[in-house]
Amino acid sequence: MIVAEQKTLDEIKSLVGDARKVLVVGCGTCVTVCFAGGAREAAIVATSLRMASRLEGVERDVTDVTVQRQCEWEYLDGIGEKISEADVVLSLGCGIGVQAIAEHFPDVWVVPGLNTSFLGLPTEQGVWAERCAACGDCILGLTGGICPIARCSKSLLNGPCGGSEDGHCEIDPEIPCAWQLIYERLERMGRLDALFEIQPPKDWSTSRDGGPRKIVRADLRLSPEEE
Amino acid sequence: MTARAADNGYLSGSNLERVLRAGHFAVTAELGPPQSADGDVIRRKAALLKGNCDAVNITDNQTAIVRMSSIGAGTILVQEGLEPVIQMTCRDRNRLAIQSDLLGAYALGMRNVLCLTGDHQSFGNHPTAKNVFDIDSIQLVQMVAAMRDEGIFQCGEPFKGQEPRFFVGAAAAPFADPVEFRPYRLAKKVKAGADFIQTQLIYDVEAFRKYMEKVRELGLHEQTYILAGVGPLKSPGMARYMKKNVPGILMPDEIIERMQAAGAAWAGKSKDELTPEEKKARSRAWREAGIRICIELIQQLREIEGVAGVHIMAIEWEEAVEPIVSGAGLLPRPVVETSAPQKAASPGGS
Ligand code: SF4
Ligand code: SF4
Repeated sequence: MIVAEQKTLDEIKSLVGDARKVLVVGCGTCVTVCFAGGAREAAIVATSLRMASRLEGVERDVTDVTVQRQCEWEYLDGIGEKISEADVVLSLGCGIGVQAIAEHFPDVWVVPGLNTSFLGLPTEQGVWAERCAACGDCILGLTGGICPIARCSKSLLNGPCGGSEDGHCEIDPEIPCAWQLIYERLERMGRLDALFEIQPPKDWSTSRDGGPRKIVRADLRLSPEEE
Repeated sequence: MTARAADNGYLSGSNLERVLRAGHFAVTAELGPPQSADGDVIRRKAALLKGNCDAVNITDNQTAIVRMSSIGAGTILVQEGLEPVIQMTCRDRNRLAIQSDLLGAYALGMRNVLCLTGDHQSFGNHPTAKNVFDIDSIQLVQMVAAMRDEGIFQCGEPFKGQEPRFFVGAAAAPFADPVEFRPYRLAKKVKAGADFIQTQLIYDVEAFRKYMEKVRELGLHEQTYILAGVGPLKSPGMARYMKKNVPGILMPDEIIERMQAAGAAWAGKSKDELTPEEKKARSRAWREAGIRICIELIQQLREIEGVAGVHIMAIEWEEAVEPIVSGAGLLPRPVVETSAPQKAASPGGS
């Protein structure tokens, strides 16, 4: 899932500025499960903004609404009227949600209420950790299902650097060394020989380094008559 | 990949390569460039090292702190008549920048490169920087070796003219985790084309001996020249700090105790109770012990089969190199003529 964190109320307030009519838009998918921008959080942020406005003596109309997926236009159409009426839309979706609104409603001012952090999973109650960097050419088949691109601090492809110690990465004792994990897993699976092969330099062109990415599936496209 | 020698029989013809191939026990030292644009710092340090080693490593923004570039400082060393080993990390440059820098370095007279991953930028003085890590150290070794042996850029295109012919080095961290993998990681570096290896600081000779047993079992000492890393301690505090904080360094208690014993005359007094003269005398006693220990380490490491030389890391204490090398009986440094090597001494045979 996409994991995000809420911005501070101070930053949110400065992003909202002196707008009178504020619409907080939550998202019912990834950011709901990571407790950053679901219906519950949208309601709380709206209440906090209302309280802050009252304390500052500013007249402000703050409402909230949550759609199932902010990153698909058809879900946004359902709240199109509300969005169009707002002076500012505070999106509690991930960065994709914010952009979906901006793209679909060219005349509406939209600001982000979250910091989109990474692609990851919850490892225990209240803890999320990064797992994938969307490099566009998955090598998990070589590394025992543990991603060195996202989880090694240096995205190394040929094994651990000299900083690996007691299972953690040199940059932080709280961060497991991805290559220690890969080593242990391949050892357990009897596949250590995979580590003795030299992996050539990665083709990063499938990653963000190749420029903004786009996938076109000819088999799924509508023919001109269908459009 | 098979290493391809030039017409003169050498891969690079660097002094380090000549000394090693002639079967001499090699000595390299390390020089940390200044956090300034002052070339005289390099000249002063060069004067301390000249004649005491076969080549001088110049660090590349070590611990991610911005310093004069390795190639810039290396150019000054060449002017001063010393031979640099350019350190090149993967942290700050992508494959384009690394290759173009190496072409420039070669044109400026540099002949040795040490290929490193690089410390993460979070350690240094620009922790908010973006890192690169386009390629890793093993891919870097492969790239620099292919530039020389196949005359190609990383993309596969041939050079338009002179190819850079470097003596290619890599680092080894024998005691970093996972420790069982370390000899195999070294094997990968050798397979990638590493002509020489410089290890992390060794203080625990016993543990290193075991590592070298495995290295010999894999036959690596016959395919590459292994230079064991040593460094003089300045104080017991430095030894304790390394034991606790530096990954991949094994520091036996016995060495810490010897350092402590060296300062026994001033023991029991806090820093404020010592006069400046006493502090100086204590520091001198510690440093003398540090140099003595370093000399003994070199003598022990030299006995291990497959160790082809030592790499002395006396960072910000270049004065220590001369007494260490001379104390270890490694002076004067050999002069090996540039003409074709008499015999192609294999890395193992010394
Ligand atoms: S290899 Fe690439 S696609 Fe696969 S998990 Fe890692 S970053 Fe994601
Ligand atoms: S310690 Fe492990 S995770 Fe950290 S940079 Fe080195 S290899 Fe990668």
